[in-house]
Amino acid sequence: MSVDTVANAKATPQVQQPWAELGLKADEYESIKQILGRRPTSCELAMYSVMWSEHCSYKSSKVHLARFGQLEKTTPRGPLLAGIGEQAGVVDVGQGWAVTFKAESHNHPSYVEPYQGAATGVGGIVRDILAMGARPVASMDSLRFGKLDAPDTARVLPGIVAGVGGYGNCLGLPNIGGEVVFDDCYYGNPLVNALSVGVLRHEDLHLAFARGTGNKVILYGATTGGDGIGGASVLASETFDADGPAKRPSVQVGDPFMEKLLIECTLELFQAGIINGIQDLGAAGISCATSELASAGDGGMHIDLDLVPLRDNTLTPEEILMSESQERMACVVEPANLGKFFEICAKWEVLATVIGEVTEGDRLIIDWHGETVVDVDPHTVAHEGPVYQRPLTRPAWQDTLIADSTDKLPRPQTGIELADQFLAVVTSPNQADKSWVTDQYDRYVRGNTALAQPQDSGMLRIDEATGLGVALATDANARFTMLDPFVGAELSLCEAYRNVAVTGAEPVAITDCLNFGSPEDPEVMWQFSQAIDGLIKGCQALGTPVTGGNVSFYNRTGEVNIMPTPLVGMLGVIDDVRQRVKAGFRAEGDLIALVGPATPGTGGIDGSAWAQVVHGHLGGKPPQPDYAAEQGLAKLMIQAAKDKLLASAHDLSDGGLAVALAESAILGGLGAQVALAGDDFEELFNERPARALLSFDPEKRDVLTSLANAHGLSLQVIGRVTSIEEISVAGSFSVSLVDLTRAWRNTIPAALGIGGQD
Amino acid sequence: MAKIIVDVMPKPEILDPQGKAITGSLARLGYSGLSVRQGKRFEIEVDGEITPERLEQATQAADSLLANTTIENYVVRVDQ
Repeated sequence: MSVDTVANAKATPQVQQPWAELGLKADEYESIKQILGRRPTSCELAMYSVMWSEHCSYKSSKVHLARFGQLEKTTPRGPLLAGIGEQAGVVDVGQGWAVTFKAESHNHPSYVEPYQGAATGVGGIVRDILAMGARPVASMDSLRFGKLDAPDTARVLPGIVAGVGGYGNCLGLPNIGGEVVFDDCYYGNPLVNALSVGVLRHEDLHLAFARGTGNKVILYGATTGGDGIGGASVLASETFDADGPAKRPSVQVGDPFMEKLLIECTLELFQAGIINGIQDLGAAGISCATSELASAGDGGMHIDLDLVPLRDNTLTPEEILMSESQERMACVVEPANLGKFFEICAKWEVLATVIGEVTEGDRLIIDWHGETVVDVDPHTVAHEGPVYQRPLTRPAWQDTLIADSTDKLPRPQTGIELADQFLAVVTSPNQADKSWVTDQYDRYVRGNTALAQPQDSGMLRIDEATGLGVALATDANARFTMLDPFVGAELSLCEAYRNVAVTGAEPVAITDCLNFGSPEDPEVMWQFSQAIDGLIKGCQALGTPVTGGNVSFYNRTGEVNIMPTPLVGMLGVIDDVRQRVKAGFRAEGDLIALVGPATPGTGGIDGSAWAQVVHGHLGGKPPQPDYAAEQGLAKLMIQAAKDKLLASAHDLSDGGLAVALAESAILGGLGAQVALAGDDFEELFNERPARALLSFDPEKRDVLTSLANAHGLSLQVIGRVTSIEEISVAGSFSVSLVDLTRAWRNTIPAALGIGGQD
Repeated sequence: MAKIIVDVMPKPEILDPQGKAITGSLARLGYSGLSVRQGKRFEIEVDGEITPERLEQATQAADSLLANTTIENYVVRVDQ
């Protein structure tokens, strides 16, 4: 078979090329021709098409993401060591330690093949962390599905959960938390947002560049096969029909044992100091790795593509360039270090192959059996793709949605009705126990997990001598974001911030994973732009920089876009993990208190879990964020954890006080007697931010109250922890803790018909 | 009793980590030059005769449960 060489492309300008099938628009194809001064070869077309896809080029989001640039590059603990633009951001956490973390979506592949889609999502983000020279130490996964009782959820959910667990457990990484959310809008388009966190010493951070003519380009790890060819442009940028996948392209299959070898091998290579430049191979495979490495350096690059070790000898050069075979890395190494490099790879049984070298000049040239098939400026492939200023329109229905408030919804009139609705909300799929999911994950492997699901955030010990640790939480409130994308994004950020803070850790920086519908829909772009601005406002107010992240567009089933789902992953630092505060009540006789803004906000019923569970309703206005109170709460929590003033703390978010109270009681195995000031319904179900439910020894009441006041908060004692197994709300109702716990634990297993209790 | 056999194999372009591990182990044991891909075989016992309807039933079962057709191929045949 003859290949389409550069010479051939020059000689045959009239050849018709399948640019449209590869997902390129007519004007994009024209600009490729303009860049090259000729038609692209088929290999070049393959490279441009994957690298200029939405997934790789961020062409619709770039102009909006650029606004993150105005944020300070400083956390409350000092300057960022690496920020947006690197493969993952790096945060100084003190004592010479640095932490890198990032979240990434693997939504579409996980719908097509749930197990492998989710598994390779975990593997991909772990390699991003690894490429920063950090040892991956934990994962988190934020999962969103259609309704729990929908037929396809029974296929998608167990597959995705098994994939996350299968891959992560084989790597020996604890999965310390995340979310599981159900909503009809994710039916046919589940969200799998995988987060990985890694640790390194400051002196081990090397931001590598591929400079130095004559340095070798090495591909190492798994061999290259026909996996997910075109996955980057086809899978991540197309939508599915309501009745199932429209296409079934070959998906990627992961091999976690290979990845484990790749991790150990790469860390030893870093340790040996012989990596000059490194890039993980994810979407767009070798196309991405070579063009990124070449444009990060100061020279050109020459690759002999026929040297790439193949699993399938029938692959064409175009396919090799596009293959998304997993567990591969590319790096640049000085010739003098090659011996050492191969020795380390051999020790870990990792196949490594020199496929090219850094050259003079600025061209990326790729040969196939001695004939040049690619001759491009790598910047034009990796960084100078199309940039779209897509039209934005505030949806006409937005005002109708806002006008449709919860005011007209019937509220419980009697204690019995209130008790029924309390049970309904607490045991609804989104609030119910997630153990069925997280029990499939190894949460404590490596022995440094201080907190994991069902706590408000996951927490890891970083330094075994001092107890220095980090906390992580992921949150997105899509319902609030649907009502008001700006405020919803702010509230998602606040929730993640609060989740980290209530464990006693100081929130320092975020990663984001922005899941939206089609960017070609001006209403979706408006939501996206608003959400970015909301995040910027919130990050400025809270002093937490954005370290990096990911955008996933085209999340929709048929013509229906998902609700905007801006996921925020918040990193916190705690000086000693032994000071951490858990969510469950600890001792009979402890006081239960609500801490929150001195002037209580308003609203919080619109968009709430109550409105969803009891009335299937979404409308009205989300509550307003209160940054001063969020920061006051964080300071209070950090001080109270240090001074060991608290028995428990749990943030108030979805389901309000009702859910916080129920979870603190269930997790502690202790009852609660509370009396609420004001309307019991409002108090239980409103979801106003900046609040937490605390329990503590009565002796600590005065010091906590004055500490709260000093931070501009009010602390209101509402009751007592009891050994009576019930939750009672004075003058309203009481429910059996045993019945509540059973129902709360049973919701998910019963719906999936697997392993339910009783 | 009559039997229908369903053989399920990972599609040729799909990575087979298990087969790869077996290939590696064989080489370590000295069986060089053997490359393995691992699938699975289902033996389905059928009440009564194997009719074309029965085969069709087994094919549907293979398609919906026994094989993950996104990444696996299957072959249905009568056990001789």
